[in-house]
Amino acid sequence: MTELATEQLTRTIDARGSFCPGPLMELIRGIRESAPGTILAVWSTDSGSRIDIPKWVEKAGHRLVAINTHEGYDEIVVEKTH
Amino acid sequence: MERILILGGGVGGTLTANLLMKRLRRRVKSGEVTITVVDQSGEHVYQPGFMYIAMGGERAAKLHRPERGLLDPRVGLVVGEVASVDETARMVHLVDGERIAYDYLVLATGSRIVPDDIDHFTTEAYHFYTAEAAARLRSALDAFDGGRIVVGIAGMPYKCPPAPLEVAFLIEAELRERGIRGRTEMHYCSPIGRAFTIESVSEMATPILEGKGIELHTFFNVEAIDPDRKVVQSLEGEELAYDLLILVPPHKGARFLIDSGLAPAPGGWLPTDRATLQVGGRATVFALGDATDLPLSKAGSTAHFEAPVITERIVAAIEGREVDHRRGDYLGKVMCFFEIGDGKGTLLQFDYEHPPRPPKPNQLWHLGKIVFNKTYWHTVPKGRV
Repeated sequence: MTELATEQLTRTIDARGSFCPGPLMELIRGIRESAPGTILAVWSTDSGSRIDIPKWVEKAGHRLVAINTHEGYDEIVVEKTH
Repeated sequence: MERILILGGGVGGTLTANLLMKRLRRRVKSGEVTITVVDQSGEHVYQPGFMYIAMGGERAAKLHRPERGLLDPRVGLVVGEVASVDETARMVHLVDGERIAYDYLVLATGSRIVPDDIDHFTTEAYHFYTAEAAARLRSALDAFDGGRIVVGIAGMPYKCPPAPLEVAFLIEAELRERGIRGRTEMHYCSPIGRAFTIESVSEMATPILEGKGIELHTFFNVEAIDPDRKVVQSLEGEELAYDLLILVPPHKGARFLIDSGLAPAPGGWLPTDRATLQVGGRATVFALGDATDLPLSKAGSTAHFEAPVITERIVAAIEGREVDHRRGDYLGKVMCFFEIGDGKGTLLQFDYEHPPRPPKPNQLWHLGKIVFNKTYWHTVPKGRV
């Protein structure tokens, strides 16, 4: 997976420092509010997001586009497919 | 004259108004500053009490008081529904035609439930997000004599993330006391891959769920209800049968925020700076509590810790000085109680940098929540804690 060109990104969710409800819940909210084809990036300082977000994305049938590591946080990019 | 206008008389709006009055009393007395709250009902509602109506121990009449009595006498109160905000004219329009001008605007408009966003929600599901709905759930529990209970979450974000898990624990304890637990299956649907979003709380809650015999379904975000087959369906493509369905309804921000161009559709959550609480880069428009799009618990506690930040920023601007960043930057602080059932509770306290480290559940934290509920009217809205 590679860096995504920013123009493809439709929405960024800054969930850094979110413990409750947490980055995955913020992503689910973003997915619910978006149309199919939307590409969302969620920023997370929780190392667990690298595991639990891809698991949910697979189970919900969306597409994991990229996981990018930045200074102090991860950016997980997901396409809402349906 | 500097006019401060606060929309919403919940925890955030009321506390901000009273804190501003404490810091600006001399200027208000001299007529240099006005502080006005607009609230659509004029009644301040203590929403955390709704869950206790459903659990049998609380009465709706005890959960609301006139907003006027909670505000400093010099804070103006206008009872009316907001129709729109005209940012160019710095004017708020009410549905009844009244117009109120402002120099500083505080948006404390909370969240609203929208059960009708899910077909058949109103006829099939019970919830505890209004006093009336909580009373209906109480009646349904009283009539319940065994079967399948499903507790789930039908939308993100929602008020008070621990609430559905607390309700599952409390109902299980009640059914055991009533002697009908043996003929009841209980299912808890978590939106994520574990019982609760905070890992340490989840590690605490999972064995409690197991011990109580409540089946945990992970990655189950409730999406639809099929009333003919009595099944609830998830966003992830699974379904569960129910006899008694208890769902957190979908939530949205205030409609006029979308219509006025302050918040994006469809959610209506205000784009809010995580430290300054300014809305969309506007220097004199702030938001707090449920109304923001911050990745924080939608809970009165969040508004409680945000109100002093907005107060400092407005006071600094009026006094013509730099913001004191020790008071004027929000660090993400939230603190709330968590009921485990069987008379036990724990405490969740965290900020952007520090995850919660909840103490082992005990009776003390349960009693702490009960005391907090009873003393709320004299403490939080008046800025005494």
